[in-house]
Amino acid sequence: MSTVVTQQVDEVKSTPWSGGRSPFNVEYGKMMMWFFLLSDAFTFSSLLISYGALRFSAPTWPTPSLVFQSFPGLIEKDAPLVFVGLMTLILILSSVTMVLAVEAGHRNAKKEVVRWMLLTVVGGLMFLGCQALEWSHLYHEGFWWSKIPNAETLQEFFKKGVPLSQQEMSSHQFANLFFTITGFHGFHVFSGVVINIIITINVLLGTYAKRGSYLMIEKVGLYWHFVDLVWVFVFTFFYLV
Amino acid sequence: MSSDTTTLHHDDAAHGEHEGMTKKRIMKVFWILLGITAIEFFVALVIAPKFPGALWINPIYIVLTLVKAFYIIGYFMHLKFEKMGLILAIVIPVLFIIGLILVLTNESHYWIELRRALTSLL
Repeated sequence: MSTVVTQQVDEVKSTPWSGGRSPFNVEYGKMMMWFFLLSDAFTFSSLLISYGALRFSAPTWPTPSLVFQSFPGLIEKDAPLVFVGLMTLILILSSVTMVLAVEAGHRNAKKEVVRWMLLTVVGGLMFLGCQALEWSHLYHEGFWWSKIPNAETLQEFFKKGVPLSQQEMSSHQFANLFFTITGFHGFHVFSGVVINIIITINVLLGTYAKRGSYLMIEKVGLYWHFVDLVWVFVFTFFYLV
Repeated sequence: MSSDTTTLHHDDAAHGEHEGMTKKRIMKVFWILLGITAIEFFVALVIAPKFPGALWINPIYIVLTLVKAFYIIGYFMHLKFEKMGLILAIVIPVLFIIGLILVLTNESHYWIELRRALTSLL
């Protein structure tokens, strides 16, 4: 009887959770990147959910298709969502070039990794440029942290018949939330561009070729895709809803 | 023979399972993301203006956004091809976010009532 029990105990188990190896089967740095992104997801959710709560409880809100209806430098009016559409396209494309860099890294193709990483950096810089244009456009209309346009300009952003006091209150909330949330996201894009540049330099120096693995590209890739992911939500909740 | 399999396993551990993402598949996911964004624009610019005040427009945006999020996380960030343990470790905590959404949307309804009560007092 007792021998049977011993045999069962001694049997070597090979399930992922029976010890001796990581049940996650990912490299340490990559797992930590995932956990960092999870915490960052909580930060962004808190910001976006506060935005949602304030907006739901406000009696009125600036209409997105009226606030965001210009293509800075080209079209002054009546082009709702065109500019932000371009920004979204740029960010999705830079996400694609990032996965292509990761894919090239798996084949240890240094030149291709460099090419795709540089394109990703260019995409990030273009996005930041667009955001700078968007911000300066809104700033010149009169929006800034706790600043709103004069009553006459404000009228254009609301449906007809909304009293001025309500317009002013919700515009203040809109301005603060918009600049804080897109600013926080833009700061992430900026950090991502800097990180991507550093990693590209490392690729050029041959750091990862010596290491024998381009896993670092995957890690910065995770961060970059996360930035794209957050933009998908910012885009929906600020520009569409 | 057995040493061959060990090296193979070792390589797998170093690089993760990456046979999931080929160039073809990357482009496919890109077209899906682009297509969904195009649908969102179509809804925002063509459909929504025809139904002012309709309550079913926003859920469409949210569902489409979540589909995009699934493709970005699952394919671009490769989570779909990771071990189940990692997938659960990342996805389950996100449920707390849903909790926060429910709490604060509920709270915002009280804020509306509160504001109404205050204005009637003034």
